Amino acid sequence: MSDFYEELGESFRANIEPSAPPAEEKIQPWGETRIVGKALPRVDAYERVSGAAQYTADIVLPDMIYAAILRCPHAHAMVKSIDTGAAEKMPGVVAVLTGKSPGADIPWYGGRTPQSKLFDPHCRYEGDEVAAVAAQTPYQAFDALKAIKVQYEKLPFVIDESALKPEAPKLHEGGNSTGQPRTTKRGDVAKGFAEADVVLEETFYTSVQIHVPMEVHGSVVKWDGDKLTVWDSTQGVYDGVLFPIARALNLPLNNVRAICRYMGGAFGSKLELGKYTVIAALLSRKTARPVKVTLSREETLLCVGNRPEAKMTLKAGVKKDGTLTALQLTNVATPGAYASGTGVGFQVAELYKCPNVLISESGFYTNAGRARAFRAPGFPPGNWPLEQMMDMLAEKIGMDPIEIRLRNFTDFSQTRNMPYTSTGLKECLTEGAKAFGWKEARAAKKSSSHIKRGFGVAAGMWQMGNGSPPYTAEIRMFVDGGITIKTGAMDIGTGTKTVACMVAAEELGVPLESVRIENADTAVTPYAQLSGGSMTLPGLIPAVRKGAWLVKSQIFAWGAEALGVAKEDLELKNNAIVSRSSPEKKKTVEELMRAHGVMDVIAIGNRDPNPANKATMPFAAHFAEVEVNTKTGEVKVVRLVGANESGRVINRKTFDNQVYGGMTMGLGFGLIEKRILDRQTGKMCNVNMHDYKIPTALDVAVDHQVIAIDPKDTECNIVGCKGSGEPAHVPTASAIANAIYDAIGVRPTHGPIEPKTILELLSKKKGG
Amino acid sequence: MAVSLKDIPAASAQEIEAVGNTVTVNLRINGSSRKILVEPRWSLLYVLREVLGLTGTKTSCDRGECGACTVLIDGKPRYACLTLAVEAQGHEITTLEGLMDGEKLGPVQQAFAEEDAFQCGFCTPGQIVAVEALLRRNPNPTIEQIRHGLSGNLCRCGTYRHIFNAAAKAAELRKKGGAL
Repeated sequence: MSDFYEELGESFRANIEPSAPPAEEKIQPWGETRIVGKALPRVDAYERVSGAAQYTADIVLPDMIYAAILRCPHAHAMVKSIDTGAAEKMPGVVAVLTGKSPGADIPWYGGRTPQSKLFDPHCRYEGDEVAAVAAQTPYQAFDALKAIKVQYEKLPFVIDESALKPEAPKLHEGGNSTGQPRTTKRGDVAKGFAEADVVLEETFYTSVQIHVPMEVHGSVVKWDGDKLTVWDSTQGVYDGVLFPIARALNLPLNNVRAICRYMGGAFGSKLELGKYTVIAALLSRKTARPVKVTLSREETLLCVGNRPEAKMTLKAGVKKDGTLTALQLTNVATPGAYASGTGVGFQVAELYKCPNVLISESGFYTNAGRARAFRAPGFPPGNWPLEQMMDMLAEKIGMDPIEIRLRNFTDFSQTRNMPYTSTGLKECLTEGAKAFGWKEARAAKKSSSHIKRGFGVAAGMWQMGNGSPPYTAEIRMFVDGGITIKTGAMDIGTGTKTVACMVAAEELGVPLESVRIENADTAVTPYAQLSGGSMTLPGLIPAVRKGAWLVKSQIFAWGAEALGVAKEDLELKNNAIVSRSSPEKKKTVEELMRAHGVMDVIAIGNRDPNPANKATMPFAAHFAEVEVNTKTGEVKVVRLVGANESGRVINRKTFDNQVYGGMTMGLGFGLIEKRILDRQTGKMCNVNMHDYKIPTALDVAVDHQVIAIDPKDTECNIVGCKGSGEPAHVPTASAIANAIYDAIGVRPTHGPIEPKTILELLSKKKGG
Repeated sequence: MAVSLKDIPAASAQEIEAVGNTVTVNLRINGSSRKILVEPRWSLLYVLREVLGLTGTKTSCDRGECGACTVLIDGKPRYACLTLAVEAQGHEITTLEGLMDGEKLGPVQQAFAEEDAFQCGFCTPGQIVAVEALLRRNPNPTIEQIRHGLSGNLCRCGTYRHIFNAAAKAAELRKKGGAL
């Protein structure tokens, strides 16, 4: 399961009292909308295309110096001694930091039972932090790193499942197991398999995928006495920076200011505080100068997370009529050197109606970079066996792949044991199939040339995407009717700021141009959760609507009183409150505010709790057309259709963009991306963007269509929206794999499906 | 895209004056001349961003693999991370900031804004400069020419579909002589 979000959500849910329905009037769903639902450019487009947007590394402060970090070059080693003498005398060097420096003995990784330290002499993977320097220029800082003399005792290392053998080198005192297997059980799988007409079992594998955001990780820090300002490339100024750094450095929360107005991509890799941020803060305190730290691309490939590999065996039973009778999944995976979630099973227990389910997941530590949450953690890997198995079952019983998925559709969340507020999965499959031309495509005769064409589908979902409290949005109306939204939420590229402005404008009845937003500065903007889990839209946006509604209620109440008309008769027009029935009755916003002794109206919108007895999740069905060259093994993705149900679409332009992007990353996961570790040294081989490949303009399908399914969900929240960034990424790779099977008649169970994978499969088919 | 400077003659040694371990270079950037002291090993990217404060150009891979630092040198797209500042002397350098018309967006920038041709926006300066370069050498590119023109600029958000649209729209806007 997506342990990271589960734990995060639980920490909030545990503390929230189910609130009684508010006595105030209920916020009604919008009727016809003026702005919401349109395809509009972003409110911060100018900043992002002009260069005005200031990202973390763009901060240049007077007297600023640059930090660089020395990392262990070995897969497994013990630091015996560190000699910084020569480095300290290098030109431009201002300070050197090691684990022995004052304040640097800080526990790290593993949560409540720390597994390491900021600088731990026991280095458990290639990249563990050993020392750091600060110098006048980054060039001088990197020179100084080379002058630090470290004596390492190289230790035997382990990078695969042999870590569980008794003779394996031990990473942690408690051994290499990550703990008891986590199991999910429903019904009785033995009974289910006995009832099945067909039972199939297959082992699947997905590789380590790395986030590779275009903006590398980094921070700029500055002390003013005991007050700390941190600019950080993060997915959350509160939970990602403010809280953890205040804890690490023992500071009161309001002595720390964390800022991230613009962020250049993360995909889960910037959900937690980086060691580099704390290192920069310690160097800055030591030198009394602002410090910038920017990781190199190589460092980000090694040290700031990845999607763990998964080795999954799935056994499935089905009746001749297509009814699933049992699903049994085991997954053994490694989070790398330190604890992190590796679960993939949720979808297997949730996506299709199945009375008998058994999932068992376990893990082991290895001398490799630690995993972090990665776009829909566990879901693209879990989708890979499930959605290929659905096609395998369909073929065995002679049923169409869409038909078998529809046959097992459910509108009930089996893991939460409650109905969904809505599900558009059925429509994703049927509308998507229509747009894709599924029937015709699958019926077409296969070519006899060496280029084989194939068509595939896969369904998917995401377990979060509902959003839940707490989120806070402050809405302020100026005397000229202009609106400013303040929220601590990030806009990590998803368009959060734009949809917030659209929703506020919609609710208040003002033009979009009248709304501005200030975000992600803990000194200025109120609390919002991490931007991850596709939770920001459904979490924050209802809070924005509520705040806007409260401002409107206040100003309309004053208008109703001043004009002697009912509130329902009023509208906001050209910065005045006007009676619809007698338009001559009006008061400007400024007149109303001055009459009440204020120059602005401010309201706080909080996110209301979700319905207690219903679950909210987004769904998707993706379709792929591929050409497989049976001579070279190359796969060309010719066409993609993504049908996605994420509740109400606020901005069709940014929604489509999310889906294109999620599917493109899915294409990378399915066909291109994998971390390669050298078996001789345990070091990473493809530690740059040339050798770790991500999809380029030449890899993507030019013919790519997005379909938005709106289930008109009036229960999930007061805007009716669900998250989209993650579900849009989940089933793409599986759809491509199914299309490849359709093309060549052999199943690529191991990802990524590289040309050599295809050639091996074809030669096995020929031989076998 | 080609990224080496081999077809651009480097400034001769006599033109570069050394002071200690730094040398003086004259850089012509976005129409203005800047005379600064640099270490010979400093990249043009480092000088643009950290010395001159032109932070529109982004650092991402810092080794010529992603295109986030793309600038125009004598009108051609170049990776600023693979160009030394001393190599850039004597050439006309144009950065993202140089595509603006005062506070107004240039046509390629306008097209990117309208087509939502970015998500996080970090590769965007490089994408915009690459499209500008493409349209300077080919004002009417086909979709295949657009894809090849942008093949040296990676976008991890996967916004390529919208970037292709923006490139096509930018071609139209440029013909009309600027932004709408």
